[in-house]
Amino acid sequence: MISKELILNKLKEKFPQINFSDIEYKGELTIQFDKQHVVEICRFLKEDSELQFLLCEDVTAIDWARKKNRFTIVYHIFSLKHNFRLRLKADVDELDCRIDSVSSVWKTANWEEREVYDMFGILFNNHPDLRRMYMPEEFEYYPLRKEFPLMGIPGSLSLPKK
Amino acid sequence: MGLEAKLNQDSFFTTKVDALAAWARKSAVWPMPMGISCCAIEMMAVGDPRYDIARFGSEVMRFTPRQSDCMIVAGTVTFKMAHVVKKIYDQMPDPKWVIAMGACTSSGGMYRSYPVVQGIDQFLPVDIYLAGCPPRPDNLLNALIQIQEKIGRTKVRDFQDKPLPELKVLSQRDPDLAGHNN
Repeated sequence: MISKELILNKLKEKFPQINFSDIEYKGELTIQFDKQHVVEICRFLKEDSELQFLLCEDVTAIDWARKKNRFTIVYHIFSLKHNFRLRLKADVDELDCRIDSVSSVWKTANWEEREVYDMFGILFNNHPDLRRMYMPEEFEYYPLRKEFPLMGIPGSLSLPKK
Repeated sequence: MGLEAKLNQDSFFTTKVDALAAWARKSAVWPMPMGISCCAIEMMAVGDPRYDIARFGSEVMRFTPRQSDCMIVAGTVTFKMAHVVKKIYDQMPDPKWVIAMGACTSSGGMYRSYPVVQGIDQFLPVDIYLAGCPPRPDNLLNALIQIQEKIGRTKVRDFQDKPLPELKVLSQRDPDLAGHNN
């Protein structure tokens, strides 16, 4: 049976040099770590025979609108073997607005990372096809950032002539 | 119609060309179903036997704009989709009419936010605005009847010598026509 202790012990045993912090809220486990380790941690969680987090359900981001560590990237992953959901978090600074892509681990992360790029402007290193997902490609803003007005920037989206 | 039963072999009746042309046009309005979101479900219900748009001569939903007279824009039009709607509208032959079906299409509706066009009249000439979210099928039939009344008031010369809009060649990379192909 999978448990919080099992996951954390395995991670600390495999990566002794990385700091993990964990929060448990309403039975949901969240593990936070530094962004430069994201690919190796994700690959380990997926490929470890006891854990088998085979499914990446969602990749999204939070804009905290603060100076330091402005964004947090959130990964929701699921272990089919144990019917267990795990949340991973990594902070991204506004000045160095990039993180390594996990699309080499889970293929579903490809489009989800494109969506995060489209909405927040966070770049993903080594992403195979980092284009906008929803907005037109010539659009210059990132709509889910806190400074973006609800009704948009006038004139930034073109309309056909009448 | 029952008209032919009253006419004997060599009989005739008199009318005006305007009246005959308007009668022919309004009795067979072929809709272009521009079903973009949930309003399209109600638009489909109009086609079924319960509401039966065939009673008004409009059962021929044409999925090519080149054979249709009236575009029913049913659903939320985003800025990205606006170019597609306009491109299809431009391909419809004159004379043509537009029904803005539902709150989103008429005014942006509950989507008062950055990606949604706040009313398609910003880029299309709209004839009828339909209230409702979504409008009931009877409401769409009412709109069709009003369009028919509007067509019935037209004269043939209204559409005569109308300058055709010059369509640009796609290779010119005009953003209105070619921008969203990739």
